Amino acid sequence: MTAWRTAVLVARKDLLVEWRSRVALNQVLPFAAIVMVMFAFALDRRGDAILEGVAPGLVWLATLFSSLLLVQRTFAVEAEDGALDALRAASVDAAALFWGKTAALAAQLAVLEALLLVIAALLYGTEVRPSGVVLLVVTWVAATVGLACVGTLYGGLAAGAQGRETLLPLLLLPAVAPVLIGATRAVEAALGTGGTVVADGWPWVGVVSVFAVAFGAGGTLAFGPLIDE
Amino acid sequence: MAHQVSETTRSSTGTRATRTLGIAALIGVAWLVAFGLGFSPADRDQAESVRILYVHVPSAWLAYLAFIVTAISSAIYLFSKRHSLGWDRLAGASAEVGVLFMGITLVTGMLWGRLTWGVFWEWDARLTTTAFLFVTYIGYLAVRRLGGTFEQRARRSAVLALLAVLEIPLVHWSVRLWRSLHQEATVLRPDGDVRMDGLMLFTLLVGIAAFTMLYAWLVIHRQRTLAADDALESSGLDVAIAARRAEAVHDAAAETPGGSGVPNRDFTSERRGPGTGVAVDGAA
Repeated sequence: MTAWRTAVLVARKDLLVEWRSRVALNQVLPFAAIVMVMFAFALDRRGDAILEGVAPGLVWLATLFSSLLLVQRTFAVEAEDGALDALRAASVDAAALFWGKTAALAAQLAVLEALLLVIAALLYGTEVRPSGVVLLVVTWVAATVGLACVGTLYGGLAAGAQGRETLLPLLLLPAVAPVLIGATRAVEAALGTGGTVVADGWPWVGVVSVFAVAFGAGGTLAFGPLIDE
Repeated sequence: MAHQVSETTRSSTGTRATRTLGIAALIGVAWLVAFGLGFSPADRDQAESVRILYVHVPSAWLAYLAFIVTAISSAIYLFSKRHSLGWDRLAGASAEVGVLFMGITLVTGMLWGRLTWGVFWEWDARLTTTAFLFVTYIGYLAVRRLGGTFEQRARRSAVLALLAVLEIPLVHWSVRLWRSLHQEATVLRPDGDVRMDGLMLFTLLVGIAAFTMLYAWLVIHRQRTLAADDALESSGLDVAIAARRAEAVHDAAAETPGGSGVPNRDFTSERRGPGTGVAVDGAA
């Protein structure tokens, strides 16, 4: 079986498990929505347009918080009953496993981010301008791939260990700082927050893309040694 | 129950070499105190607060050195054929000392910043990266404590240390871009074009030399205590197994001769640790 086929099968399996258990749908998405509402409680003041100005950052922050849950979930499924060991024992290629899980995580994150943007539009009065759509979509793709790569990598590191729930945020949040910075600035440019122009956003997409490529390569190489017992 | 300590386990982690090194480091620190607080002049702009830098700069240098040592020994552990746990413990010891010195760097830097810039924290690229480095290696130390076998610990933490090498430049680069859009670096940097008095420079070099010796001393000792830790952990299991066995043998002898039902397997081989240190001769 080719690595590509393995990756597709792993991704399909993960998404199927997720779809049948409905945990992402019934728990993670509502969590993300409530975080967006809580941001409004914390930051909105009558008369100031604070929320609209910081909406891109809040969308990515809510994404990061929710991604912690999704990453934990994607490896909780594997760690139970030693499924990860079984996969490795069945000589499933580690790199293919990495990309399969990354793809499944990326698909979930992509849906989550799109919904968060809609929530931001509804609750914070964010508007998407037509000229920024291309930038927005490219940022969306690059940031999602980057987050999924680094999430799968660190999720695999903490998988099966005691205290992983508390360890994952400590490892993951500092690592994804470049995505938070880059994607927030790029989305600000795409939406025109604070008078920014679309062209300002492209260098930031570059940052996010380099991050995605670096952790994609890192994950391909490191995932095997990480999950092998 | 009788268990005797074998020759490989010493009661102290010191040797003649490390004692000499320790004394040298102590003298170096005493020198630093004398020059930093006494002989060196106060700065024209920063006045007495410049003295903080004699601790701040060497500890920053050391923290970076420590993390480089961690990365290199992790790479050696991961890519060498022997996968010697000594490299893993060196990486761990170095990271612990590095986190300590990075903490000192941040605290002294903030104190100095409050005196010189008027604020504790400036969202400067270098400061922000340093804070990230601090948190990242705290995470690294947490991963080392996850449990599992020594090999698992070594492999996980080695991969993480190498990922940090990937992560830190990315964080630094993105933070620098982030800041440069907002403001130029207007603050006085510790390494800026501050023209340095000869005695000040000398004091700083004394500080760096003293702290480097201190680092070496700390890492060597910490590495040895980590080895002793590992040995204790694996010997604890041996002792426990031996105790159960002795019990079983005793029961078997006292009550039902030859029928205790406790298998007399050798469990010790399942837990591979470095030189188990404690020889057990109470049972079997």
